[in-house]
Parts: sequence; C-alpha cells; structure tokens
Amino acid sequence: MTEPVASSPAPIEALKDIEPSKPPRSQWKDVWDQLRKHKGAVFGMGFLVFITLAVLIGPYIYTVDPQKLDIRNKDFRPIYTAIWDGDSKVGWNKPLGSDQLGRDNLAQLIAGGRASMAVGWAAMLLSLVIGTFIGVVAGYFKRLDGPLMRLTDLFLSLPILPLLLVAVTLFRQPLRANFGPEGGMFILIVTIIAITSWMPTARIVRGDVLAIKEREFVLAARSIGTTPGRIIGRHLLPNVLSPIMVSAALGLATAIITESALSFLGVGFPSDFPTWGKMLADAVVRMEEFPERVLLPGIAISLTVLSVNYLGDGLRDALDPRIRGR
Amino acid sequence: MKLKTLMLGAAAAFALAPASAMAERGSDGEVKIIYWQAPSILNPFLSGGTKDVESASMIIEPLARYNEKGELVPWLVDEVPTVGNGGVSADLTTITWKISSGIKWSDGSDFTSADVKFTYDYCTHPEGGCAQLTKFENVESVDTPDANTVVVKFAGPTPNPYGPFVGGESPILQAAQFANCLGAAASTCTEQNFNPIGTGPFVVDEFKPNDVITMSANPNYRDPAKPAFAKVTFKGGGSAAASGTAVMETGEFDYAWNLQLAPDVIAKMQEGGKGTPVAGFGPLVERIMLNQTNPDPNLPEGERSTAMHPHPFLQEPAVYKAMSMAIDRPLLVEIGYGQAGKVSCNWVPAPAAFASEKLSCDTQDIEGAKAMLDAAGIVDSDGDGVREHNGVPLSILYQTSTNAVRQDFQALIKDWWSQIGIETELRNIEASVFFGGDAGSPDTFQKFYADVEMYANTFNGTDPQAYLGNGLCDKAPRPDTQWQGENISRFCMPEFDALHAELTKTADMAERARIGRELNDMMVENGGMIPLVHRGRLSAHANSLGGVVLNVWDSELWNVADWHRIDG
Repeated sequence: MTEPVASSPAPIEALKDIEPSKPPRSQWKDVWDQLRKHKGAVFGMGFLVFITLAVLIGPYIYTVDPQKLDIRNKDFRPIYTAIWDGDSKVGWNKPLGSDQLGRDNLAQLIAGGRASMAVGWAAMLLSLVIGTFIGVVAGYFKRLDGPLMRLTDLFLSLPILPLLLVAVTLFRQPLRANFGPEGGMFILIVTIIAITSWMPTARIVRGDVLAIKEREFVLAARSIGTTPGRIIGRHLLPNVLSPIMVSAALGLATAIITESALSFLGVGFPSDFPTWGKMLADAVVRMEEFPERVLLPGIAISLTVLSVNYLGDGLRDALDPRIRGR
Repeated sequence: MKLKTLMLGAAAAFALAPASAMAERGSDGEVKIIYWQAPSILNPFLSGGTKDVESASMIIEPLARYNEKGELVPWLVDEVPTVGNGGVSADLTTITWKISSGIKWSDGSDFTSADVKFTYDYCTHPEGGCAQLTKFENVESVDTPDANTVVVKFAGPTPNPYGPFVGGESPILQAAQFANCLGAAASTCTEQNFNPIGTGPFVVDEFKPNDVITMSANPNYRDPAKPAFAKVTFKGGGSAAASGTAVMETGEFDYAWNLQLAPDVIAKMQEGGKGTPVAGFGPLVERIMLNQTNPDPNLPEGERSTAMHPHPFLQEPAVYKAMSMAIDRPLLVEIGYGQAGKVSCNWVPAPAAFASEKLSCDTQDIEGAKAMLDAAGIVDSDGDGVREHNGVPLSILYQTSTNAVRQDFQALIKDWWSQIGIETELRNIEASVFFGGDAGSPDTFQKFYADVEMYANTFNGTDPQAYLGNGLCDKAPRPDTQWQGENISRFCMPEFDALHAELTKTADMAERARIGRELNDMMVENGGMIPLVHRGRLSAHANSLGGVVLNVWDSELWNVADWHRIDG
C-alpha cells in the first residue's frame, strides 16, 4: 500500500507478523496429497495411464497389423500356454496367440483398446459438457428449471439400443460420405452414447447449484452487481467440480461398456475393425477351446472400468474439503 | 435324462416292455425336438417360415412329398401320377390323384377329396393372404369326381404339375375344421391355426406360440404300429449354438435343427458324445451377388441401384472374373462349413441333372487375376494400391447379414481382393433387417445399396424353373415394385430371358436339364453372381434317436413317424 518510510520506528516485537514458514499450499496440491492416500485411486490412475499409453504408443512398438490375415497360423495359443501344455500351438511371433483367421491377438487387443478408449473418452467429455451446461442452467435460472428437467426426464426414458439402430439407418450414409466408414461410425456412436448419458450429471449438478446459489457468498456477489455468467463461472462451477469429476469417471466407464455392448451385438464399426466388444463377441462360440480370446478383452474391459471407478471414488474424497485431511 | 425318458416310455406303454426298435405305437415315450426359431403358427398357408412349415408337417400332410433323394413318394395316395401311368394327361394340363382308402383325420372322420378341394379354395380365396399361393399358380380348377379322386386342371401345359398338394408347404387342411376360416377370416381363426386337425402321426395337445408345442401320438394314424413315440415336446427359441449344445453335449434334446456354426465349433460339440450331426445337400448356395446397377449414394433416391444407372465397373468381364479367381473356395469351405459345405461354381448345384459341370473354380489364382486385370487395361494409375477403370477406383462396399461365419468370409475375401488391387469396405447388417424386405429400409438385400452382397438362397422341390426365373430382367427390385423381386443383382440379358421362356414350354426332362444348365452358366459367366459354397443343411440328433433321415427337399421332420428310440 503505502511506501515504507525509512525513518519509521522499529515495530514492537510482539506485534510483528510471523512469516509463514512453509510456502503456501495450492488447492490442487491438497487434492493430490489426499488422492495419494487412496490406494484404489492410485492403482486406478496407474492402470488407466498404463492402458492409455499402451494403446497410444503400443502400435509403434508392436507393429503387427491387427487386420492382417494369416490363415496358415490360425488358432495359435498364447505363449504362456506352453508352460503347462508343451504340445500346444504357440509361437513367439504371436505372443497372445491368433484368432480363427490368424489375426494377431495382441495387435487386435491394442487396436481394439484404441477404439474403445477413444469412444469412452470422447463420449464422456461430450456428455459432461452437455450435462454440466443443462444442470447449471436449470439450477441457476428458475424459469428454465422446469422445462430443462422435463427434457432430462424425456432423455432418461430413451432406450439406447433402438435409438442407435434408428440413428444408424438415418445418419450412416451422410456421415460415411463425409468422414469415411470408421470415422463416421465413431462420430455416430460417440454422439449417441453422449446424448443418452448426460442426464445423471445434469441432475446432480442442478441439485448442487440449487443449494449453493442460496449461500451467503453468492448473495454477496449478487449484491455487488456480479452478472449471472460471472457468478456461475467464478462461484458455482468450482464448487460443483467434485460431483462433475466423479460423474466423469463413471461416465467413461459407462461409455466403454456401452461401446462394447454395441460391438458385441454387431451394430457399429465394420466387422473387421477390432474393438474389445467385437473381440469378445467373436470369441464366444469358441470359449471352451480358446478361453484366452474371451478372457483377454474381457479382463481389459473390466480392469479399465474398475480402475476408472476407483479413480472416481478417490477423486470424490480428495475434492471434498470437508473430507480432505481426514 | 435317458432313464427318465425310458420311464416315461414305460409308463405310456402298457407294461415294462423293453423299448425295441419297431414296437407298437407310443412305446418309446417322449421325443424332444428343438428349433432355435420358434414356431408362431401351425398353418403353413399363413406363414412362409420354415419353422412353421416344418413344425406343422408333423400334424398335417400333403398328398405326396419328396424323399431325401429328391424323388417324389406317394404319401396319402397310392402312387404318384405320371404321364406313364396315366395320372397326368398327355397334353400336360391335368393331373389326377387317387387317395388311398382308409385314411382318417385325427378326430376319426374320413379323409376325402372334398378336403383337398377345400384346401385349394382356402389358399386361393381372393381375400385371404395365402403364403403358398405360388404352389397353386396356373391352376384353373380342382375337381372331385368321387370321394377318392382329385383332378387338378392347369391353364396351360405344365411340365412340372407337382406344385399343388405336394411337399410340406402344401398340406391338406380339414374342410370341416376350417370351413368358417375362408378369406379374410383366415388369420382370425386362432383355434384352428394353432390346433389343426391332421392326418399326420401326431396331434397337438397344447400350442404356446413362439415357445413350445406339446403333441401326442395320433390314435387314428394309418399305420397302427407308428409313431413309436407317445409324446413330442417341440421347443422353439434360443440360438443355433445353444440348441447344438443341448443335443450333442448335454443330451437334453433329441433333435436340433439347422446348425449354422463353424465346423470346429460343431466338432467340439460332437465331442460331448451325446449326439451326431447329419448333413444333407439341397440346392442351397452361398454366393456373392454383383450389383449390375450403380449404388452410388450421390444418386437420387429412386434412381440409386436401379437399371437407370449401370454399375461403373462390375459389368466389366475382367473385373468380375478376376474377383472370382482370387477367391480360395476350398479354404472358405474348410473355415466356414466343413462337412456341411462343398466348393461350388454353380448357381444351381443340385439336383444332379441340373448341375452344370462346365465351370471350374476350385483353385485360387491371384496371379492370373492380376494378369487378367492388367490385360484389360485396368491398372493402378495413381499408385494408391487400388486399380482404376476409366478413372473410377475399384472400391467396393461388401455387405451381408450378421453371422460369425459370414464375417469370417468377408474378412478373407477382402484380403484376397486387396491383393489384386480391389479395395473393399465391409458392412454387416442384422439378419432381421437385411432379410426383412421392408421397402422403407435402405439396408435390405433387395434394395442392394452396396456393390456386392453375400447370402444364401435355394429353392423348394426339385424343379429349378421358378428359381432360374430369378435372373429375368423384369424380376429386378425397383421402386415401382416396392423393391420386391427376386433378381437381386438386376441381371438383364435378352438371351437369358428368351432361353428361360423356352424352358417354361419344354416338357422333356433331359432337354429341361440342358436348358437349365445353360441358364446357370449364362448367369455365372456374365457376372450376375459369384457362387462360393454349396451349403448343406446340418442338423443334429441324439445318438439314442433312430430313424432320422435328413431331407433337404421337404420338411426335415417328414418321416417323424418312423423315429424311434435305440440303445445308444
């Protein structure tokens, strides 16, 4: 404020401010410290990072084409089968074996993970944006609350599978023409999953916004003439961040599962485009003979979804200041 | 399970008599049949579905039917009428059936020619939507000079007069029962349609649509020693894989119908040791249809995939011949069908007289295919690995129904075509949509909004005249036929139409066969289709079930009266 004057008298010792000995802690550092204490969340995050890196970098390290047919080397078992069954058909060139047309299982698993994770992340982000927007607007503007919440109810009653079948019929052709068969289907699936899964987020966010907007600090902000946009951006959104983060984590899991279910049912990507759900569906009839073809993608789906759920659980604890530190 | 069956059998029989092969009626207890498509009605005239026709064939019967070799055998008559025995008139316009004496309906009344005439009236009633109307095509009248004689008159010379009242799709209904069900009332007669009175070996006890039928032996069946089983449980629903398991691995059922599963899956099930798969070959061919018209999505609706716009490259002989040469058919058979498949280059692979031997295709020739395309000037001019024809890249959309075996075929064929410089995009469509025939859906096989598509087709009976008619120019699906029609590839060739017209006028069997083979070759050589695999019907029966003779020319359950329990 004012410039300190050199000739000012020495401050009384007792009145002198004690300088904080530690540097100030940011909120995110606190969150991180709390999150680190949650073993499940650490495991979940670790696995999620691992699997994301694996599907992103994997194809550059393991360069086998997942769609390449190699009919003479079909029905290979994973290399570890040799431990208990010396006569089984294994080979180091196919570490996780090959399917009934000789496609490499490891390469398919990586490529399939790419598709599944991409769909999961994209659908999650999109549904998060829609859900948060609707939730905040419905919670903050009283006049829009009724219509928007009825809209939410309407979407909640939409069955995803028939909707997707109709959407595939209607929009496949234009999307395919503009983005190619795989790109078009990706957009279609992501959009459908997103528009059928934003409702829980919207409801939770609306509930929290309704509670927070009556609090004193919001009243204070309003009394000094802050615009609704600023109030939402500065005061409401940071306070509803924790439920949003949690529903994001759960949304990712739901999206991966929905995509797998769609591929399992044979709707969606072209039949030679591997995804985890597709690999599962193809393997079901030969489950007894080649259990690994069901187990590998099945475990990949389960572990990813489980790790995301743990991460969400940990984030919820870490982001809540009342729980934090306990 | 087996013990229980035996005990039931013992209870149904009079004493603890040993279950022997040719015992008296009802001595072998219960037989359990599973169809993974559930019957929804027991009146084949109101449903074209195989599941309905075959389940009904245990109850109601035709005058004559085809045996496992495709030969006509008399069923409710003494002999099959021919020109030789005077049953068919020399000018081929009338056929006279003589009903065997002493045949009774399951309610005890006599089976007479009036019932046969009634069946004709029932199906051809102008207000009734009879599913088997084609069986009565060209029939002018059905007369009944006496109680045991039926005379069918045709509008013109009919070389194959065995359409009406022959085969599982044209059985005889009881006039007394269905008298009030003519015309528009047909589909409202639930009691009649669910519990038809028949002459067959079994009568319906209870029919639960789309679920299960329980039947018991017909007390008035013409052979007093048959059927060997007192009860039948006919279960519908599930999947092909589950029904195969139920017969061959767990032994819960005695007979499973139409197991379209990969050979290694069948072999694995057979290791269960409870049952045996049986295969029979009819004229069913898995093929790739080549669209002769342009399916370009940029064309306006109503012009797309119609004769207005020819396909940019699929009518080019070098292209479709190279596509066929690049396919390794023996490998497809090995992967997809095993013992239930044979390599086929023909549209009509059976019956033997009609099977052409002119074409051969059982060796893959990738290099030859490349050379053929090079020679025709169809080369890759812009270096992207895809050849061009007049500037149009050979890029193909390849669709089929969703089925594990078909998707494997798609992946393999895509790979081979990519080796000869043809780019392929795969699509699979849910079977109920693909074969649904809905004129509003863009995804049906009739609409054919793709360059090539793969499915299987066959014909009933042993005469392929109507089936060969599927290559006629005016049978092409198009907007003004509501996209109905059987000429899926929109094949159009005046010579073909003329030769087919000649076939309809020819009566001599050898000559008919020659024309049939020529039509077959014409279709295949001119790029209407690429035949892949001659498919058999594969069903499975329990090792303890005797008397099963798989029949692909008629209902699979045609000889269910002869089925019996054996020690196995």
